[in-house]
Amino acid sequence: MGLSVEAVSVRYGATLAVDAVSLEVPTGSVTAVLGPSGCGKSSLLRVVAGLERPAAGRVAVDGRDLARVPTHRRGFALLFQDGQLFEHLTVAGNVGYALRLRRAPRARREARVAELLSLVGLEGYDARLPATLSGGERQRVALARALAVEPRLLLLDEPLSALDRGLRERLAADLHEILHTAGVTALLVTHDQEEAFAVADRMAVMREGRVVQQGSLAEVWRRPVDAWTARFLGYAETLEGEQAAALRRLAAPEADWSALALRRSAVHLDPEGPLAARVLEARLDPDHVRLVLDVNGVGRLPGVAAPGSAVRVGERVRLSLDPDRLASLPRVTA
Amino acid sequence: MPLTALGLFFAYPVAGILLRGLRPDGAWELGAVIEVLARERVHRVLWFTLWSAAAGTTLAVVLGLPVAWALHRLRFPGRDLLRALVLVPFVLPTVVVGVAFRQLLAPSGPLGGLGLDGTAVAIVLALAFFNVSVVVRTVGSFWEGHDPRREEAAAALGASPWQVWWTVTLPGIRPAVVSAASVVFLFCATAFGVVLTMGGLRYANVETEIYLLTTQELDLAGAAALSLLQLAVVVGLLGVSARARRGSGPVARSPRPLPRPGVRHLGVLAWTAAVVAFLMTPLVSLLVASLRRGDGWGLQNYAALATTGEGNALLVPVTRALTTSLTVALQASAFALLLGTLVAYLVSRPRRGSGAAVLDGLFMLPLGVSAVTVGFGFLITLDRPPLDLRSAALLVPVAQAMVALPLVVRTVAPVLHSVDDRQRQAAASLGAGPLRVLRTVDLAVAWRALLAAAGFAFAVSLGEFGATAFLARDDDPTLPVVIYRLIGQPGAENFGMAMAASVVLAGTTTLVVLGVQRLRVGSAGAF
Repeated sequence: MGLSVEAVSVRYGATLAVDAVSLEVPTGSVTAVLGPSGCGKSSLLRVVAGLERPAAGRVAVDGRDLARVPTHRRGFALLFQDGQLFEHLTVAGNVGYALRLRRAPRARREARVAELLSLVGLEGYDARLPATLSGGERQRVALARALAVEPRLLLLDEPLSALDRGLRERLAADLHEILHTAGVTALLVTHDQEEAFAVADRMAVMREGRVVQQGSLAEVWRRPVDAWTARFLGYAETLEGEQAAALRRLAAPEADWSALALRRSAVHLDPEGPLAARVLEARLDPDHVRLVLDVNGVGRLPGVAAPGSAVRVGERVRLSLDPDRLASLPRVTA
Repeated sequence: MPLTALGLFFAYPVAGILLRGLRPDGAWELGAVIEVLARERVHRVLWFTLWSAAAGTTLAVVLGLPVAWALHRLRFPGRDLLRALVLVPFVLPTVVVGVAFRQLLAPSGPLGGLGLDGTAVAIVLALAFFNVSVVVRTVGSFWEGHDPRREEAAAALGASPWQVWWTVTLPGIRPAVVSAASVVFLFCATAFGVVLTMGGLRYANVETEIYLLTTQELDLAGAAALSLLQLAVVVGLLGVSARARRGSGPVARSPRPLPRPGVRHLGVLAWTAAVVAFLMTPLVSLLVASLRRGDGWGLQNYAALATTGEGNALLVPVTRALTTSLTVALQASAFALLLGTLVAYLVSRPRRGSGAAVLDGLFMLPLGVSAVTVGFGFLITLDRPPLDLRSAALLVPVAQAMVALPLVVRTVAPVLHSVDDRQRQAAASLGAGPLRVLRTVDLAVAWRALLAAAGFAFAVSLGEFGATAFLARDDDPTLPVVIYRLIGQPGAENFGMAMAASVVLAGTTTLVVLGVQRLRVGSAGAF
């Protein structure tokens, strides 16, 4: 049944950093807590790790309350943004650290270290010192160290945020792979929705100390709970009221939404399309031409055209709406 | 300019010692040095120097580490006051500390029952008393920047608090501990005032032995030989300390505010309280003794400071010595600040090539000289032709400036170093000339450090005894010299005057240092 967080609050002086948050992390799942910086997600993680005492609420694993269990007896592992490797120990020393604490015999330790280093793709790095590693390698070592004693729960604090973009995408895919291979239950906190989508299979969105939505990735992605959440998840535009109704009348008369969130690629250039618009801005990016459009009867919308198309500012174009690239929102928005 | 000054006031006196030691009769020979080093008394002196320094260092580190943790990893009301209090002993004049400990431990004193008066244990206690603050500051400021998440990661992996301490925390702070310990060892091994006032005839270390050989036995060749030995050892130790520091690297600020203390910190807090009590006891006791005359209480001891003491123990009244001290300290700190800032500026400039490294080494070399070596070197070179400064009345200020110089350089250089050279380039590219760059970039950052360095130099110079003891004229002594003379004289009145004068001296330096502390310069008082 995994980890359950029940109505946990964290208070720093007068400010309530975490406000009655409840959260489930089923065994074997990777759950991401996604929220902007300062939303309280790191405080929540620290409570789960036992590094912070909650002002109220309960943290339990498999139904057992952890309130009186200190950090080092929880059987978790923590992976921080910048790895926090022990600089005075070699890579093998770092990875084998928890095994040495448990007095594992040398031969077993070495075998396990080799196994983990190969899992994270760092065979032969045993004798290197952390100072000689790149950022990505350091995170891999930190991951291997965290996995060494098969933690009941792996806590990841923005594990990829300190890396540059290309590396982050590669390592995110690897991290997903490694976590599932190892069958680890994990709780990931991040402000980066790409990181959350790449690594996790469940998601909780946090805002100002509260969880505003949680569920599987697909559930959250298909039905964001409000306009703020939709935008935070990466939708380019949200529409409601008259604008949303006008768009529905023109482009999707059979749909039933009254408010919606659009991905940028939801509105695309189509000579046969039902919408007419004037191009306000056009800018090339690697995947397509990004457009800002003044759609007749609807107003300003973002959109895209195929990278080869020669769209000019001021031109009149036809557009269509891709129903798979939008999400309907509840009528009342935050 | 700085090269000339260093050459004149450092290289020349050191060369004088070298010549005196290695070439006593106009011919190069090692025989004299070897003869001195083979003396049985010198062996005793060396042995005492080593073990008292080792014991003092160990005690200071053991006492200081928990205090460093409490004062730099926790956040509680009164913490800044405690930090300032812990810093006070280090800047107290050595003579004052010697007097305070003697008064405290004397058979008639508050702790006379312990029977420690005149013992080596008392000297070791006094050495530790001085240097706890070095440990607290050096290790504490390093510790402060440590990211606690590394320890949290270890705890999450299953390390108990004790295991976290041994496997993560201690290795993490080791560079700072080694650096602090080597500097403290250096200070203990070159302690002069404390050993001279407390050791009596039984205990002498190399420093006091140089002084005794020079002033009592007029054995300048022997003193020179010991000075050479001292110089070699000190330079070696500085090398060790610099190596330890190099390993430390830049530290990242911790991302969260420090925790407030809780029940689990009671042990550390109690330890801190005990150490602070240990540091305050001699001072409070000194203050109490200064207010005592016979069986009564009063300010007679302070009133007597305007006299020359019982049986005319002094040539001038103590108040006159105080004026002299203040004047000399002003001159010395001005000179030290000027020279030290130039040196700091030169060593903090980004440079390339091996020539730069040699230059750096050259500038840092004076940091390795003990006050007694400076005083002795000045005595044998600068008070006679071709350079006679003894009558110029500048000898003492210049010597004190040389003693304070390391402190100035160590306070100012890191701050100047922390200025990103690209800021200077940005200012220059916006049209600022070199002087304007200096004023708007370097000075804007460094003025606090400069002020702090000046304050420190002033405090050091006020209490300076090692070099001054060689150079001060009998008819124009500084306050520490007068105090040393007073406790060497018989008579309860003289002893009372020494107490009162010590309180005045300690109070003045403490005020200056507390003022410096308010400037909050991280590198101030670091070594």
